[in-house]
Amino acid sequence: MNRKSIAKICIGVCFGAFCLIWIYPFLWMFSASFKSTMELFTSGLRLIPKSFSFDSYERAWIKGGFSVYFMNSVVVTISTILIVVIRCALAGYVLAMYDFKGKKILMALFLATFMIPSGTTIIPTVELSDKLGLLNSRIGLILAMAGGGNIVSIFLYKAFFEKTPKSLSEAATIDGAGFFTVFSKIMLPMTGPVTATTIIMTFMGSWNNFMLPLVFTFGTPQYRTLPVGMMAFQSVNETDWSGMTAAGTLTLIPVLVVFIILQKYFVNSIAGAIKE
Amino acid sequence: MKDNARLPFGGIRMKKRNKVKKIPYGWIIAFLMPTLILFALYTLYPSLASVVYSLFDWNGFSLQGKFIGLGNYEELFHDDLFWNSLKNTLLFLLYAVPCRFLFSLLIALLLTSVLCPLKSTFRTLIFIPVVTTGAIIGTIMTLIFDPGNGPINLILMKLGLLDKSIFFLGNANTALVTSALIWVWKWTGTSLVYWIASIQSIPSELYEAARIDGANSFQRFGSITLPLLIPFGLIILVLTISDAMKVFDLMLTLTGGGPFYRTEVMELFIYRHAFSASVPRIGYASAAATIFGLIFVVITLAQGFVRKSKKEEV
Repeated sequence: MNRKSIAKICIGVCFGAFCLIWIYPFLWMFSASFKSTMELFTSGLRLIPKSFSFDSYERAWIKGGFSVYFMNSVVVTISTILIVVIRCALAGYVLAMYDFKGKKILMALFLATFMIPSGTTIIPTVELSDKLGLLNSRIGLILAMAGGGNIVSIFLYKAFFEKTPKSLSEAATIDGAGFFTVFSKIMLPMTGPVTATTIIMTFMGSWNNFMLPLVFTFGTPQYRTLPVGMMAFQSVNETDWSGMTAAGTLTLIPVLVVFIILQKYFVNSIAGAIKE
Repeated sequence: MKDNARLPFGGIRMKKRNKVKKIPYGWIIAFLMPTLILFALYTLYPSLASVVYSLFDWNGFSLQGKFIGLGNYEELFHDDLFWNSLKNTLLFLLYAVPCRFLFSLLIALLLTSVLCPLKSTFRTLIFIPVVTTGAIIGTIMTLIFDPGNGPINLILMKLGLLDKSIFFLGNANTALVTSALIWVWKWTGTSLVYWIASIQSIPSELYEAARIDGANSFQRFGSITLPLLIPFGLIILVLTISDAMKVFDLMLTLTGGGPFYRTEVMELFIYRHAFSASVPRIGYASAAATIFGLIFVVITLAQGFVRKSKKEEV
């Protein structure tokens, strides 16, 4: 063995140990979710439980309401993604293809507001939703999540359409394709990478969103999403650690599965913030 | 021009192209409509309304508040708890931003080195906390840092590093630092991806040339990697700062702002006055929210400036 491969092994072992410590909280959570409360409080450090019990999952899923929270999160997230992808692709397309009146003003407004945090907009958003009768409803929450922000996605679609060769749409127009056909049959099918990025950013933003679902469901616990449900569960079952860890595991698994399958896209969509 | 020359009926095609160039306003309005309506309702209106609300004394229940001009801002100026929240936000930035910035750079350098095996596995593991929900992390971490049965205290005591367990998240002196460390742990993966993308954008020919010139790896790092990373580093720094201002989910679930408001960052201050007080003070909270938004305007301008100067350099 040469020096290089010895160095490689050393670095690998050290880094591997470091990564295990890094994900220790997840390992602990996973292990705790199978323990009984009794075992958790007496042998907290053993990672492999003495006996596997699924009681805590049942407690969290049925009694704790996590089956409801889970469905709410799924519905809210999917609807938000759909709205964001459609509206941002449409807006990005016309912003990229045409110099129409008012475009400059619109772009300036987008640029001026795209960094405004939800901490600033949350109060009027709630007041407005209340006036429109949308507070304490799932639709209201979805509209607030899909409607506010997401300007970066418009920019991404715009940049993408600007790069597509003009000759493509021109050729189709000469062949008699109308405006909508050119968009839906020729331009839209090419947007795969941007759409993947948009879906992932929106997925992370809405599945993990906390502030909006929290203030939108004060009066309607049946519409809570997973993160909000978790906080409610903790405040009622303060000592039910295995219940909480089971709920945490249930929330995590779908995200982890999506992440591992689409890892490349996750990394690309985040790296995009630097490359642009 | 070029393809016109090739076409026998170039002139006819030119005419058609001019027709295409005609702006189809009907379609444009139709395509922009969803975004225009939602943007107006959920971004533009709330941004402006925050400023308007901040000029009123309003509890949110009554139909209308009382116009008091800059009264709310004056009161904020004399409110120790507002200054406290500003201080906590800044302290959080001070603890968390350099830590995440440098730590992720270190890991990125390691993960881009030829000597590192299993690169993608390690990157995936470090990235996992990024995709997990902040509020869930907050809740689980209160268990992990629990003074009674939490594994952190148990391990530290077993290793002999602690005599007595510490209530890390409930102690006035440790709560903010501990939250900052948890935040760094959660978000390091994002910065890591930023850094790796930046490092990989450095053309490899530069390293080749330096190697031929006889530069060792430290010299190559000092004279190629580091200077070329500086423009990227500035962008990463600004992005990290803006991230560190938005810690509502983590802080509410970790500490709820306690103990004794020692971890009440600006977002929690706004939330407390607007949503969790028995008598909400919408105007007062909006004034704080407006100041919070202004900080982001400054960050946006800084980011625009940094990106512009980076482009000019290239």
